[in-house]
Amino acid sequence: MKRTLPLFLVFTSGMIMLLQHFVPSEESEFIYKYANDWLITVGVYAIMLGIWSLIRVTVAKARYESGERFYAIVTLFGMAIMIFSGITVESQRAGSLFMNIFAYVLIPIQATIFSLLAFYVASAAYRAFRARSVLATLLLITAFVVMLRMIPLGPVSVWNQYLVGWILSVPNLAAKRAIIMGVGLGMIATSMKIILGIERSYLGSD
Amino acid sequence: MNRLKLILLILMLALWSGIFIGRVSAQEASPPDSASAVKPAPPINVTVVDNPNDNGHFLLIKWDPSPDEKRSTDKVIGYEIYRSDKKDGKYKKIGITAVGIYEYKDGSDIEMYGENPNPRYISIGSIYYYKLRSITESGATSDFTSPLGAAPKENWFHTGKTSYFIAILLYFAIVLYYIKVAKSGKKLYIRPLGGIEAIDNAIGRATEMGRPILFVLGTGTASDIATIAGYTILARVARKTAEYQIPVLVPVNDPVMMSVAQETVRTAYIEAGRPDLYDEKNIPFVTAMQFPYVAAVTGMMIREKTATNFYMGLFYAESLLLAETGTMTGAIQISGTDQTAQLPFFIAATDFTLIGEELYAASAYLSGEPLLMGPLKAQDFMKAILIILIISGVISLSFGWNIIADIFKVNIT
Amino acid sequence: MTLYEKMMNLDRRWIYLILGLAVIIPAIIPFTVPVAVTPEVKSIYNFVESLKPGDYLFLGIDYDPSSMAELNPMAKAIIAQCFRKDVKIIVTALSQNGPGMAEQILNEMASQFGKRNHEDYCFLGYKPYPGIVILNMGVSFKLTFPNDYYGVPLDSIPMMTKITNYRDCKGIIDLCAGSVADMWIGFANGRYGVPLAIGVTGVMAADYYPYLQSKQIFGIISGMKGAAEYETLTGYKTTGIKSMAYQTTSHIIILLFIIISNIGFFLSGKKEKKKI
Repeated sequence: MKRTLPLFLVFTSGMIMLLQHFVPSEESEFIYKYANDWLITVGVYAIMLGIWSLIRVTVAKARYESGERFYAIVTLFGMAIMIFSGITVESQRAGSLFMNIFAYVLIPIQATIFSLLAFYVASAAYRAFRARSVLATLLLITAFVVMLRMIPLGPVSVWNQYLVGWILSVPNLAAKRAIIMGVGLGMIATSMKIILGIERSYLGSD
Repeated sequence: MNRLKLILLILMLALWSGIFIGRVSAQEASPPDSASAVKPAPPINVTVVDNPNDNGHFLLIKWDPSPDEKRSTDKVIGYEIYRSDKKDGKYKKIGITAVGIYEYKDGSDIEMYGENPNPRYISIGSIYYYKLRSITESGATSDFTSPLGAAPKENWFHTGKTSYFIAILLYFAIVLYYIKVAKSGKKLYIRPLGGIEAIDNAIGRATEMGRPILFVLGTGTASDIATIAGYTILARVARKTAEYQIPVLVPVNDPVMMSVAQETVRTAYIEAGRPDLYDEKNIPFVTAMQFPYVAAVTGMMIREKTATNFYMGLFYAESLLLAETGTMTGAIQISGTDQTAQLPFFIAATDFTLIGEELYAASAYLSGEPLLMGPLKAQDFMKAILIILIISGVISLSFGWNIIADIFKVNIT
Repeated sequence: MTLYEKMMNLDRRWIYLILGLAVIIPAIIPFTVPVAVTPEVKSIYNFVESLKPGDYLFLGIDYDPSSMAELNPMAKAIIAQCFRKDVKIIVTALSQNGPGMAEQILNEMASQFGKRNHEDYCFLGYKPYPGIVILNMGVSFKLTFPNDYYGVPLDSIPMMTKITNYRDCKGIIDLCAGSVADMWIGFANGRYGVPLAIGVTGVMAADYYPYLQSKQIFGIISGMKGAAEYETLTGYKTTGIKSMAYQTTSHIIILLFIIISNIGFFLSGKKEKKKI
C-alpha cells in the first residue's frame, strides 16, 4: 500500500507532463509552470533537510572521530560565519564581510581546485595513452596529432591543422552523435520504466 | 545648379525624417509629408491570421514585398508594422522588419510588467487591427495599407510536433509489447556488457579489503534522468553491500537527491534483510557548489580509503578531478555518464566506463529481472529503426528526394 | 624495478612538478614561440589590410568578461590594425555583461593610438535580443540605436551621419563566446550578404569551421592560438602570443611524458593488466 500511492502519483504526473509537451494552450502552460514551481518549493524546503544532515554528520564527527575532528570544526565554523555574515540585506552589497569572503576566499579556492585539472590531465594522459592494443594505439596516435596542433612546427603545423579539423569534425562528431542518439533512446526508455512503475528500486519499501 | 540644390534639400529632409521616425518609434505615426516626393509603394497582399501552435496570444502578419524594393534610387529597405485594438483607433508602431522578411509574429502572453501594462500583450479572442508601410533608404515612408484585423486562438495540439508525437507513441507501443513478451516468460537475449561484471567484482574486492565503497551521483539535480539512472544502480549496489556488510558512502550535492538516495539505500538494506546496518550518516549532504563538492568527496576518498568508487550520473568538470584522485588512492573505479564531453576523462582515468545509454541499461542488467529487460529490448528495436531510417535518408537525399528527411521535420516555434 | 618499468610508473608528483615548472618558467622568463599562421586567420588580416583610410568596419565585441582571456587579444589586435590604417570602426556589445569591458578596450586602444570617440570609432553599446538587433541594423543603425553607448544621438555623431546600414561598411568581424555568432552568420551574412568573419573561443571553433567551408564566413580566429596568429600578423602583441609560450611548453611536456611511458611500456616487455 505504501508503494501504491507513490506509483499512482508517478504515473499520473508523468503522463500529464508527457502530454503537456504537445499541447500549446494556456492551461497546459499553467500546468507546466505549476509543476516547476512545486519542484522549486520542494527544493527550498529540502535545503533545510540538507543543512540539518550536514550539521548532524559534522557534529558527530567532531565528537567521536579524533582524526576528523579538526576538519569538522573548520566546517562548522565556516558555516556559522557565512550564515551570520550573510543574514542581513546589506550583506549582499559589495564590500560587506559576506561578499569579501565570497570574492577573496571562496572564488580563489574554487579556481585553485579547478586549475588542478591541468595537472590531472597530464597524469591521466601519461597513464592512459599507452599502446596496449590496436584500439589504444589508434587513440594514442589521434591524441598525439591533436595535441601537436599547439606546438609550432613550421609547415608541419599547417597540414596538421587540416588533419585535426578533419578528426574533430568527422570521426569525433560521428561518434558523439551516435552516443547522443543512444542516450536519447535510453532516457526515454528509463522515463517509461519509471512512469509505468516497472523500475521502482528508487522508491521506499512496501 | 538649382536642380542640384533641390535634390540636396530633398535628400537632407529625407534623412531628417528617417531620424525623426527612429526617435519617435513608440509614438503615434505621423507620416512625413516632406518626403512625399520619393514616396514608395506600400507592401501588397497583407494578411493577418492566428499564429499557429501557440497559447493564443500571438498573431501572424504576412505580406508581399513592395514593388519599390527594386527601383533604382531610394529603394525600400524595410517595413513598419502598426497595431490598434480598434479599426479606426490610434495605431502604434510595434515593429520593423528588414527587406527579405515578409512576416511578423506579434503579441505577448505577459499582461503586466510589474505595475506597467505590457504594450505587446494580446488577449485571447479579441480582434486586433494592423497597418503596414514601407520605408526607404532615405527614411521616406509609403502610405499605410488598409487596416486588417484578426483574433488570436488558443491551440490544443502542436502540429509542428506531430512526427515527434507519433515516434513517442510507436516507442511506447514497442516497450509495452516487449514487456508483455517478458511477462509471458520468454527469455529475451541481451548482449553482455563489460562494465556490469566489473561492478560485482569491485564490490567483492571492497569486501575482501574490508573498506567502504563510495558512490557518487554526480552534480546534476534530483530530477535529471542520468541521476535517476544513478539511483537505480545505487539500489542494486547497496543491496549487495548490505549482504556483504560493508558500508556504502553516498555524499550528495543536492538535498532532494539526499532524501531519495537515503530512501533508496534504506530500502535496499531492508530487502537484503539487514535494516540494522543502515546508517543515515553515510549519505550526507555536503555542499551544493561544484568545486567545494569535489574537495569534500576527494577528501572522503583519501581519509576513508575507499576500496571502490562508483561515479554514476551527471558530471561536468569534476569528472577528472574525482577520478584521478581515486586513482591516486588506488581504488577500483567504475564510471557512467551521458555527458559526452566528460566520457573521455572517465575512460582515461577509471577502470570501467558505462558509456551513455549503458548507464540507463545497467540497472536492468544488475537486477536480472525479466520485466526490466523489456524496455531494454525495445530500445534496441528502436535503434534498429533509427539506423534503417538514417541509411535510407542518406540514400534518398543523395538522389535528391526529401521524403525521409521531411518525416523528421519538427517545427517547434 | 628496471629503468623501463620506472619509466612506465613515474610518481605522479614528478609529472605535476615538471608541468608546474613548464608553466611558471615561461611566465618568469618570457619568450616568443614562432606561430604558424593559418589561412583562415590570414584572410581576415588581408581583408582589413585591404581597407583604405576612411573605410568603415563593423566590429562586434559580443562576449562576457569570462571569455576575455581568449578574445581580448583578438579585439585589441584588430582594433590596432584598423586604427593604424585610419579605418573607422562601429562597435556593438551584444552580450549582457560585455559593454563595460568593450568600452574599456576601446578607451585603452584609442588613447594608445590617439584616436577620438565619435570621429574614428563609435560604440553603440548593448541592446537585448541580439537576433533582432542584428536584423534591424541591416535596415538602419539609427533606427536600432537612436543613441550610442554614451547617450549621444547618432545623427549628431560626425562619422555616423554618412552611413545608413551594413551596406556602408566594408565588412563585419564578430568576436563572440556564445550563440551571437550564429545570428551574425544567419542574418548579417545570410540576409544582407555582408562579408563576415568571426573570432571564437577554442572550444567553440570546431562548430564554426563548416561555415568557413560553405563560405558564409571568410575567416575564423579560434581561441588563444588564433589570437596569437593575429598578433603575429599585426605585430601588435599583448597576451595572446605570451600565453602561446605556456601552451607550447605544457603541451610538449605532456607529449614527452606520453612518449616516455610508451617507450617504457614497449621495452619492459611486460603486459600490464587492468586491475580487475
